[in-house]
Amino acid sequence: MTIKVHGSVFSTATLRVRVCLNEKSLDYEFIHVDLRSGHHKQDSFLSLNPFGQIPAFQDGDLNLFESRAITRYIAHSYAGKGAPLVSSDAKKAAVEGVWAEVEAQRYEPPAAKLTWELGIKPILGMATDDDVVKAQETELEKVLDVYEPRLAHSKYLGGDAFSLADLHHLPTLKYLMASPVKAVFEARPHVAAWVAEIMARPSWQKVLAEC
Amino acid sequence: MVVKVYGATYAACPLRVMTCLFELGFQFDLIKVDLQSGEQKQPQNLLRQPFGQVPSIEDGDFKLFESRAIIRYYAAKSASQGGTNLLGETLEERALVDQWMEVEVNNYNPLIYTMVLQLVVLPQQGQVGDMELVQDCKGKLEKVLDVYEERLSKSKYLGGERFTIADLTHLPNTRFLVEEGGMEDLIKRRKNLHNWWLDISSRPSWLKVMDLPK
Repeated sequence: MTIKVHGSVFSTATLRVRVCLNEKSLDYEFIHVDLRSGHHKQDSFLSLNPFGQIPAFQDGDLNLFESRAITRYIAHSYAGKGAPLVSSDAKKAAVEGVWAEVEAQRYEPPAAKLTWELGIKPILGMATDDDVVKAQETELEKVLDVYEPRLAHSKYLGGDAFSLADLHHLPTLKYLMASPVKAVFEARPHVAAWVAEIMARPSWQKVLAEC
Repeated sequence: MVVKVYGATYAACPLRVMTCLFELGFQFDLIKVDLQSGEQKQPQNLLRQPFGQVPSIEDGDFKLFESRAIIRYYAAKSASQGGTNLLGETLEERALVDQWMEVEVNNYNPLIYTMVLQLVVLPQQGQVGDMELVQDCKGKLEKVLDVYEERLSKSKYLGGERFTIADLTHLPNTRFLVEEGGMEDLIKRRKNLHNWWLDISSRPSWLKVMDLPK
């Protein structure tokens, strides 16, 4: 199989790539990387991602890492297949790019910390740090306070079409909407509606079924 | 059309945008936002950048914020018009450029940002920075820079054999590291990384930006 994704079932970054491949109806081989045994720090994996992080991605001879670079590559390379994830209009694509940066720079930091505390730590049998949860929830609320008016006049974050700017949120939403933090999303009607809409996409449902 | 850039000449993210515009030959006017007095949090700026930060741009009616989205847009515009190409030619080249831009966001920027906060911003506000945190960041940065060194032993620039926005995006943070950060040795000790830094920091576009009045 030409496309390979090296990662783990729980990893948000791996999920990001997988849902993107599903949007494009692309088949791929999923290769499990055993984090507990430190496989990601061994030479064989470091040759795929020198930072020793998951996921790593292969499409034929092309080897990539960084989930948001991988999704961008998939979106452009397979533009004609499945849902368009990047606008073909340069200005619309730029606005989508703005909100993709917002996701990475502003949403991801608190979302990732909350995912770790409330989603992953329990799976690993570790104790949640309530102080961190409280602090990060406050940070997340500040971000969602910007999302709410944006989504009041724009169907999707990046504009009138679903794009990578929306897709990139799905993996952390998986954990956050299954935790008490879902309240901060539900308290904001436009954000709540947007979350429900994007999580209902068949490509995302398919990833969840495969987990 | 002259692009309006809202920002300041001493802030990293506006520097990223201005360097890119100089590289590509897009004319711009810098409209200063007084960061020391918190002008960026005022309603007028919030209309341009809802998170109360700089930079943002206005190009006629077209508005953007987030420096990396802005440079991507202008790089794409220039390439599509047959001008300077800072994106990469093929889809695969562009993917590698994107990859190293992401590396800057995820592995480089957070460490440097933390150090800027402790070494510059907090002292400016009359507070003491956390030096232990700085040392911790420095230790992590050494490992990151080892990866960069390895990459640059295989290709002249981060994205490949050509200078692209993947290199450009690193200019402001690396400048901090070398100057206020006092950590030039981290760069100098790594031969390929050092040569790369000397190369990209001597580009006319960067020298022009460094010359802008503070």
